[in-house]
This record gives sequence, C-alpha cells and structure tokens, in this order.
Amino acid sequence: METAIRMLDIAHSFGEKEVLRGISLSVEREEILGLLGPSGAGKTTLIKILTGQLAPSSGSVFLGENNMAEVKTEAYRQIGMMMDHFGFYERLSCMDNLRLCADLYGVRTERIREILRSVGLDADRKCPVHKLSKGMKGRLALARAVLHSPAYLFLDEPTSGLDPAAARQIHELIGHLREEGTTIFLTTHNMVEAEKLCKHVALLHEGEIVEYGEPQEINRRYDHIRKLKIRLYDGTNIELPNTREAADILYEYMQKGQIETMHSTEPDLESVFLELTGRGLEEEAV
Amino acid sequence: MRNIGIVFKKQGKDTAKNITVLIQFVIYPIVAAVMENAIHVEDLPENFFVGMFAVMHISMAPLSAMAAVISEEKEKNTMQVLLYANVKPMEYLCGVGGFVFGACMIGSGVFAILGKYTGGDLLLFLLIMAAGTLTSILVGAAIGIRSRNQISATSVSMPVMMIIAFLPMLAMFNRDIEKVANFVYSQHIQLLLNGLKTKTAAEPENVIVIVLNNAVAVGLFALAYRRKGLT
Repeated sequence: METAIRMLDIAHSFGEKEVLRGISLSVEREEILGLLGPSGAGKTTLIKILTGQLAPSSGSVFLGENNMAEVKTEAYRQIGMMMDHFGFYERLSCMDNLRLCADLYGVRTERIREILRSVGLDADRKCPVHKLSKGMKGRLALARAVLHSPAYLFLDEPTSGLDPAAARQIHELIGHLREEGTTIFLTTHNMVEAEKLCKHVALLHEGEIVEYGEPQEINRRYDHIRKLKIRLYDGTNIELPNTREAADILYEYMQKGQIETMHSTEPDLESVFLELTGRGLEEEAV
Repeated sequence: MRNIGIVFKKQGKDTAKNITVLIQFVIYPIVAAVMENAIHVEDLPENFFVGMFAVMHISMAPLSAMAAVISEEKEKNTMQVLLYANVKPMEYLCGVGGFVFGACMIGSGVFAILGKYTGGDLLLFLLIMAAGTLTSILVGAAIGIRSRNQISATSVSMPVMMIIAFLPMLAMFNRDIEKVANFVYSQHIQLLLNGLKTKTAAEPENVIVIVLNNAVAVGLFALAYRRKGLT
C-alpha cells in the first residue's frame, strides 16, 4: 500500500514544555488513522504540525512525496481540515460561508449544493450559521473541509460535544469520504469512534506514541487484561483476571452452583490505554 | 488580486449584516444631514456641521471598523480559515482595507453632496477625505492586529479615535489644546476642509503633518504586523 502521510521523528516544545517527542507514523493512502489520547496529550499540536499551521521543533512531515516544510503553500490545496473551533462567519449563511471557500479554492458553485446535500444541510443553506445547532455546524465544517475534494483530510475531534445522532451522521460521512479515496487522519478521545472508523490507531500519551496498530490487533495484544465478571446468587460481584488461578476459582463457584451470571469483558482501547498509562482517555492531562 | 476581490466581497456581505460596523459608516453623514438642515444659527460658518462631522467620519469610522473586523476574525478563528485557504496576509488586509476605504468614501461622497462641492473643489474634498481615511485605516489595522479579541481592540480603539476625532473641535475653544492638535492629522483635515469652503489656500504645514501622520501610521502598522502577524 502507498504511504500518504509520513511523520519522521517529530518533536515539539512550547518554551520549556516538551509536548511531542519522537513521533514517527505512517498513514496509508485511503485509510483512516486515528490518534487517540486524552485532552492535553498533544493531539491538536500534532494535527497543527501535520497541516503546516505549526512548524515542529524537529522532525519532518511528508504528504505524499512533498515535505511540508518546503511546499507548504502548494500542499494547502490538497488538505482539508476540520479543527475543534469551526471558524465560521456566523452572520453569513451556510451557502455564503461555503461560497467564500469555493471562490478561494476555485471550486464550481454546483459543488456547494452537492456537498450541502451530502451533509444534509441543503434545506438550511440560507440559514445564518449562528442559528445552526452544534451538530449542524459540525456537518457544515466537514462540508467545508471536503469542498475542494482534498486528498488528505485532517479532523480534530470531529464529534466532540455532539449528540449521538449528530456523531453518527459525521461517522457516516467520514466513512463515505474514505470510500471515495480520501486519506483521513483524525484525533479523538472516543475509543468507540476510533474502533468503528479507523484501520489503524495510535495511542498518544504525554507527547509520545505508546501503542500503534489495528484496533482489534491491539486489543488482542492486551488479552491478558481480559476480565471475567461474575455475579453470585447472594448478590456478590466478583471480577476475575484472565489467569490459570482464576480458572480454579471459577471452577469452585460452578461446582457449588453459586453463579447467577457470568460474562467476560474483552479488552478495548480504553482499557488498553488505562493499562499502558494508568489514565483513562476521557481524563484531562495534568 | 483575485483573493483581494474575494475578501472584499466577503467583507461587504458580512458588514451588511453587522449592524455595529455598518452603523459606523452611515451615522456621521446622517447626523450631518440632519444637523445641517435642522439647525440654523446666524453666526455659524457655512457648512459648519458638514466639516465637523466629516472629520469625525474619517477619524472614527475607518479606525473602529478596521480594528473591529480584524480582531473579530482573530477571535472567531475565521482569519485562520482564510489564511489556510492560501489568502496571503497582505491580500487579506488589502481586501478588508479596500472595503472599509470604499465604504468610507461613499460616506465622504454624501458629505460632498451636503457641502455642495462641485468640480475641482469636489475632487479636492474627496482627496482630503481619502488621505484622512487612509491614515485612520492604518491605525485601526495596527490596533486590530495587536489585539487578541474584540474587547481588547475596542478598549484601545475607543480612546484613540476619541482623541483623533475630538481634538479639532476642542482646539476651537482652547489654545493649548490647539497646540497639541496641530500635530494630529484630523486637525489639518479640518483646516483644509475649512479652507476649501473659504477659498483659503492650503498651508504647506497642513500637508506635511498629514503626510507625517500617515508615515507614523504606516510605521505603527508595520511594527504591529511584524510582531504579531495576523494570527
């Protein structure tokens, strides 16, 4: 598979504070890579570096064959970006906001209607942005990011603060974009989102990648953290680790007929992250 | 050039829906028209209100509009969107500045009609107004660039434009204030406009102070831009 985005040993500091260290990752063409980490882990800093908004203290970023440090301006046309702040002209309509970008990118007017239809906002095209709900603004931001059909799409917490229905719509759109051949790099602290959308995920903790791979593969790698949850007839809840000793204990309960319910909790990205860092993905950085 | 046009168009649409900025462009011509037609005092010089409000117009409208527009774009991250869509900082400033200049010159046209300027006088009147507008635009842009958000921009632009706009008026009543006002472009714009009506030739001092003020405004703008850029 062809490499679309390459990060080579990226490090970045804000003054004395080192926020990213030795980040080396590759994203294959037409895949979605998810960068997972809690707030303050350095996700937004990395996405700013990847999109040329911030020069790294050291290291390089390649989009295709282009080194971002050398061809930043030309590369902009190939990049679509949805940051956590939407940056809309709130008094202007959805149509006018998109028309402004369409004019700047030289995109034909029909494409605006086409993209508004695809995000389900065609009926609201004349509505001023300040009257839209947060979910609608999210969809509009995604529409603007893909208006010029970029080869690379960077999404910073695309569903942050959205209700489940709006988040599902955004997920569907992201899925369609990938099917159409867009390479997508997204940051999130939502492990369900990452498992659902991403071919590969990288777990970022205090500026370092602590784990990388396919979500299922990572979960399998951490199978030892699988737990068995048992509820006894007397109301006691017991959690057993995935070990030989636990099997003996379980056998004992079964022989005595004490078990009311039993199920295993498979490792997921949240529990893997917790295992690796001692912190949850939803926690704020210290 | 294309991007300047796009930013200009965007600014037009946005200003049309932004009552706080829009009102800056129309308030002084309207007030001048009302005062000129409603107040008739015997010893008052001809077109007294036109001159007075014209100076206020070029001192306040472009300055506050530029500061407000730039600081709002920074605060709401729309500036980043534009820069990311490959709009160069200078293209942005020319687009917004061009719109503010155009809008202020439309107001100046209204003042010219109220003052009944024609022919060469009309041209001179517009030229004087354009010089003042340009200086105020540069000062406003410098404030907008230096400010993090609209509140901090307003807290700086308000006293600055009050001083620039009201010095010529206060100078009429106080010799000491007049001495200070003689260093400020608005005072000389006022003197040039008065001279235009009384057919008095412009003093070289008038032009020199305006040019020097313009140079200082360019310097302030360049300093702010070099230190902060547009982000």
